[in-house]
Amino acid sequence: MTGNVKELLKAHEGLKREVYLDIENSSIVPKEVIDTMLPYYNQRAYGNPTLTHKPGWEAYETIMGSTEKIAKFLGCKTLEEVNFTPGETEANNLALMGAALSMKDKGKKIVISEIEPLSVLHVADMLNKRGFAIAKIPVDSEGFINLEKLEKAIDKETVLVSLAAVNHEIGTIEPIKEALEIVKDKNPKAIFHTPASDAYGKIHFNVKDLDVDLATISSYKILGPRGIGALYVKEGVNMERILEGQIGTQKLWPGVENTPLIVGFAKASELAFKNFEENVNHMRRLRDELIDGVIGKISDVRLNGPKGDKRAPDNVNISFLKCEGEALTIELSLNGVYVSSGSACTRRLLQPSHVLVAIGRKFAEAHGSILMKVTRYHTEEDINYVLEVIPKAVERIRGIVGSTGVE
Amino acid sequence: MSRVPLPYNPKILELFRNPKNLGRMEDATVTAVAGNPACGDMITFYLKINDQDVIERASFESYGCAANIATSSIVTEMVKGMKLEEAWKITWKSVVEAVGGLPSVKFHCGILAVGALKRAIRTYYKRKDFSPDWLQKEPSFEEKQALEEEELAKILSKRMKMEEEK
Repeated sequence: MTGNVKELLKAHEGLKREVYLDIENSSIVPKEVIDTMLPYYNQRAYGNPTLTHKPGWEAYETIMGSTEKIAKFLGCKTLEEVNFTPGETEANNLALMGAALSMKDKGKKIVISEIEPLSVLHVADMLNKRGFAIAKIPVDSEGFINLEKLEKAIDKETVLVSLAAVNHEIGTIEPIKEALEIVKDKNPKAIFHTPASDAYGKIHFNVKDLDVDLATISSYKILGPRGIGALYVKEGVNMERILEGQIGTQKLWPGVENTPLIVGFAKASELAFKNFEENVNHMRRLRDELIDGVIGKISDVRLNGPKGDKRAPDNVNISFLKCEGEALTIELSLNGVYVSSGSACTRRLLQPSHVLVAIGRKFAEAHGSILMKVTRYHTEEDINYVLEVIPKAVERIRGIVGSTGVE
Repeated sequence: MSRVPLPYNPKILELFRNPKNLGRMEDATVTAVAGNPACGDMITFYLKINDQDVIERASFESYGCAANIATSSIVTEMVKGMKLEEAWKITWKSVVEAVGGLPSVKFHCGILAVGALKRAIRTYYKRKDFSPDWLQKEPSFEEKQALEEEELAKILSKRMKMEEEK
């Protein structure tokens, strides 16, 4: 490493406002959540929940209490259906590999979509190298999965289907109920997994109404602590472990349970579901103000993903033509607006987001994309500030681009 | 897609915030482009060269990341007042050094900037239909790399079109 971020950080001094909108990649944990977690590090329940002493039993009681809360919000029938993992990546890995291992003698085909998160796509690629055929269902220009192609892809060989309920990048709320019916009609034995981190606590989603076999949820996506997620495994669905070691309360994941993080996850869930409708309406309003404001103020922009009710309430994803994404994120950061770009310039060729490529965006459109997610804590003032900063930032970066790359 | 930390150093930050010699040059003697918007990395170089083959002025425009902007800008600074023969000797390594170092995943930005410079110099002599002894016949490392990046972008775009038609 050649750099030194001290100067970069110093360049941010004296900002009049800071607005963090990069919830896709990490989140701010509300004080309320942290306060709930802290006692479990050193005051009580710091033991291992499988051991026969007071701090152990306290931990057992605490974990069960937290699991019960999450199970209720998720619509589970039993507490055993909630399997904590160190995050969404691990839960998706467990879902795909665990199901593939348990079903390997029944068939060798896995069906996913082109716009699944990387922790699904890359695991599918890995399973492909180990003998599974992978079918990737295409999506339309707004990111909706093609249900006809899904139906055609499902056959007797299909052992696993993984389709996200809400796309993490462009916010498309997928017709997952229809997809589930199609899959189970054609092959009732196929395990149906839905990565639901962008659905849980954000749209109406529970496994009572949507009878999936597996569902991944994540803590930080609902403003809980990082390092904890869960895989819902419906009672009766056979799964294999993908890691071995000391097994405790989590039958599918070895190792010592992280009681404070589990408590934080449960608390974050409570806060997301308390005044759910109000929270969602608030996010939707800010989301639309942000989208309409950017489109109204800046020329040559494209909204990625659908508009209105079919879009996740928090998601804003916009491509700025003639504007490179990384440069734009730095310029926005220097002005106190923290977002991420859909492309990562870490190789000779900038890697465009596979989601934007799948919905038919050209490379240059994908390279100039910005992803933002609003939360119930954001205010009108935040959005007004962001709408003040973005046009200036885009103008400056476009000024550097000049006539270069104009097609 | 993978991400890596990008702890840009003070010089990169400074050149990103206040790029030197930015913008199109209407009276440029020679203009050269390297890269492609599909790579997310593209530079246009403008050189004003006098009849003694000295670069009087240089400017740039850049569609690219902060490292791309900074390395392009520093190259225009470095070559100002140089004879073309001297400017030809600039390597991507000296550019990376001049900006105080780059994360290794961004070396290609420095390479592209020098590739664009060398293309401009070559174009200048081609137009004069004269090839000085010091101007190597075969493409320099940076020119080759720029070409390779553009070819990769073309292949990628073609592959995408084929997938669309499927």
